[in-house]
Amino acid sequence: MSLDFLLEIGTEEIPHWMIPGALAQLQKFDLLGATPRVDATPRRLVVQASGLPERTPDRAEIVKGPPVASGEKAAAGFARKQGVDPGEVKVNGNYYELHKRIPGRAAAAILADYLPSAILGLQWPKTMYWAGGKTGPRFIRPIRWIVALLGDQVIPLEVAGVRSTNVTRGHRILGSSSIPVTTANYEAELRLNLVILSAHERRHKIETEASKLGAKIDVDLLETLTFITEYPTAIRGHFDPAYLELPAEVLTTVMRHHQKYFAVESESGRLEPHFVAIMNTNGDPEGIVKHGNERVLKARFNDARFFWNVDQQKKLVDRGDDLAHVTFQAKLGTYLEKTNRVVELVKELGGNAHAQRAAELCKCDLTTEMVKEFTDLQGVVGGLYAKAQGEPQAVSEAIYEHYQPLSMEDSIPETLEGQIVALADKLDTLRGCFSVGLIPSGSKDPFALRRAAQGVVKILVEAKLDYLLDRLVTGELHAFMLERVQHYFREIRSYKYDEVNAVLASGVSTLADVEARLAALASVRPTEDFEPLAAACKRIRNILKQAHFDGDGPLDETLLEPGPERELANRLMSFAMDNENDFSKRLVAIAAFRPAIDVFFDTVLVNAPDPAVRANRLTLLNKLFTEFSTIADFSEIVTTGEQKQ
Amino acid sequence: MHTYQETVLKLKKYWAERGCIIQEPLDLEVGAGTMCPETFLRVLGPKPYRVAYVQPSRRPADGRYGENPNRLYKHQQLQVILKPTPDDVIDQYLGSLEAIGIDLAKHDLKLEEDNWESPTLGAWGIGWQVMLDGMEVTQFTYFQQCGGFDLDLVPAEITYGLERLAAFLQGVDSVYDITWAPGFKYSDVRLADELQFSVYNFEMANVDRLWRLLGEYEAECKELLAAYAKYPDKHRFPVLPTYDQVLKCSHLFNLLDARGAISVTERVGVIKRVRDLAVGTAKLWADQQEASA
Repeated sequence: MSLDFLLEIGTEEIPHWMIPGALAQLQKFDLLGATPRVDATPRRLVVQASGLPERTPDRAEIVKGPPVASGEKAAAGFARKQGVDPGEVKVNGNYYELHKRIPGRAAAAILADYLPSAILGLQWPKTMYWAGGKTGPRFIRPIRWIVALLGDQVIPLEVAGVRSTNVTRGHRILGSSSIPVTTANYEAELRLNLVILSAHERRHKIETEASKLGAKIDVDLLETLTFITEYPTAIRGHFDPAYLELPAEVLTTVMRHHQKYFAVESESGRLEPHFVAIMNTNGDPEGIVKHGNERVLKARFNDARFFWNVDQQKKLVDRGDDLAHVTFQAKLGTYLEKTNRVVELVKELGGNAHAQRAAELCKCDLTTEMVKEFTDLQGVVGGLYAKAQGEPQAVSEAIYEHYQPLSMEDSIPETLEGQIVALADKLDTLRGCFSVGLIPSGSKDPFALRRAAQGVVKILVEAKLDYLLDRLVTGELHAFMLERVQHYFREIRSYKYDEVNAVLASGVSTLADVEARLAALASVRPTEDFEPLAAACKRIRNILKQAHFDGDGPLDETLLEPGPERELANRLMSFAMDNENDFSKRLVAIAAFRPAIDVFFDTVLVNAPDPAVRANRLTLLNKLFTEFSTIADFSEIVTTGEQKQ
Repeated sequence: MHTYQETVLKLKKYWAERGCIIQEPLDLEVGAGTMCPETFLRVLGPKPYRVAYVQPSRRPADGRYGENPNRLYKHQQLQVILKPTPDDVIDQYLGSLEAIGIDLAKHDLKLEEDNWESPTLGAWGIGWQVMLDGMEVTQFTYFQQCGGFDLDLVPAEITYGLERLAAFLQGVDSVYDITWAPGFKYSDVRLADELQFSVYNFEMANVDRLWRLLGEYEAECKELLAAYAKYPDKHRFPVLPTYDQVLKCSHLFNLLDARGAISVTERVGVIKRVRDLAVGTAKLWADQQEASA
């Protein structure tokens, strides 16, 4: 008979951002071969499954005994040790053995043993103890009930002092706190008690209702709200349009980050004096919740207006010296020192007067009340204040966007001034941290240097800036940057890893150049001659390697054998003379060498008996290899044949 | 109408009925109810304890001259400590909201992650901010460590922001419009306080003297801490007065901070000075408890 399984770990509210990680682990629970179906709300982690066996089957096991040569006494001792009658011991070849039958176990018993440690073994970013104090069990939040069912039976187990039952709990306020369930009616019973178990359904409900009320859906916020509610319902509230004088960035941050509201925008993208809040309940017929949220938002907006007004009393430009009191990093000094370095770097990078001015002012907003309250708005606030205080547009925009890109998905600064200040700010952080040994290792990256480096790469490539990478970074930092370059082209731009390796192996000047070569390589790759040519290059590299050839001398034309060898050499010389700059055309031309190279290898013996001829042929191959490798090192390309192996 | 004082009385009654000692506020300046010995020292060690008290909490930097409707130099916290935590602690807490007249079925309640940490007290805990219709009304914390000690019994700390709660119950936008008692607004009782202390804290407090006072209280505290080891009759040793010195230092630090007299670099150093005193006192307390057990 096959049985249904239900495990519900009832807890106090789990932080929303940790739930997806927990679900991934629950998905790996070992349920005697059945596939777990997992789901969660803030108060319950749930695993369901169907088709579990009632018991595991009996199985046979052969226990090897002493050699037959050791005699029957040894056989009897063996039987005694195994707890069986001596008559059951068999002879197999030169040894005694015992065919044992291991009876299967009841699935409920196996699960009762397995589940407690599996539950407490879930990994969380931060755990706590509660029952039993510092020696007690640890979990993300206190476990308050456990439902564990197999078929219509409770699986008897205990976790952190809580015994399993068939009784669940509904919504904190609107549901019953004692609901007997079966594996069949569990979800329906929860629904009757105002709990939607399915995160998918909650997400959909929020999205549909909020959209209907005009919300601009923010995916991260949607995910957060899905996991802080058991029964989400959207309501729409309003605020005094007078607050729209404040910058939209500030209003949106207050709504989204502080209050977890969706903002409402008009069709033209202008902020409207409304918001959509998601309640953890089924309705607000009297408008009480709406009124409460409106009150809170008003107070928050009042604070923001207060900060704005106070901050205007001291201009950004007058805040420069205050940065001497703000630590950037203990070993790297204050933000004043950082600012001075960034200004110098902007000059080195050729930034114009606006870029230099933006660099001077870009960290000044760290001393404003607005940024102290809304730290996410650093840079943005500086930009807004610079604009309000009459700085040129190029300056205020550069300040506004100099933290960009904040993630791989975020866009780079739009203005050249913004790009240069962003680049200088990030490079300064990277150089500084690397110089005092603050280098990311494994998952530890407290100064977000990977993000900074990734930002540098993204700006250099996407803004097509012509700085030589070698001039921007050196040593360990150079290697670190190259990893980010690889990561960027593979993960964000979807180039194949061998293409990226091939292009990087032939040298890196500017990242715009790397990108152009990659694009050319990827476009030529599907052509017929390409892969065989890559194989030929690999062969050339191996020949040169085996011959320990590092000659760089000229080709002696008199030693060239008429026919395939001379033809290949002529072709190479005319190719080298050609000033074609288009990478794709050059690659097509390189690929077109393939027949000539094939004929050369088929008919010419590189390893010629005459050392002079041999050296000349190696020289020819070396020149060929060098010439080809200006765009990409083809020997890095993984050919179809290699993949099959 | 729920007056402010009725709300406070109802909460005290509610927790008294659940076995809490109703304490009076500590008569020293503190930044939060957590800093009172009734919390900071009592959570240490294996003895169960239950207490509730209103604690006026002073945060000089939050002063706004009585002009901001939501920010106060001194606000009132109702602090509840349940050690060890009962299994139904959250239900008990929700019951307290019902007891002051909030029909939870008509409101939106969420528990959102908010862990608490106090570097000056060597303390941290795990918990939530309780959001009622989008407003934080309570901080709920399971203490994990205090004074550098892992705790034998995990207490729940429930901290109600009384002004917010009262403003919510009375439907007023400014704390100053809260009716404290029939015929008396919050502004009648406290506005002068807010204005005058803002003036003093931000404009007139003598920075040099504050630094000297900090040094004096620190010296007194250190002297006491050092005397404990050789003191013969441990149970007589003035650990509680030692802790008073710590609180004095902590408040002076907050004043200097509000006065803008502490640079970021100095800040870390001063915090460490106060933490060393707090952690040192916690050790004495724990040792004294054990010695007198």
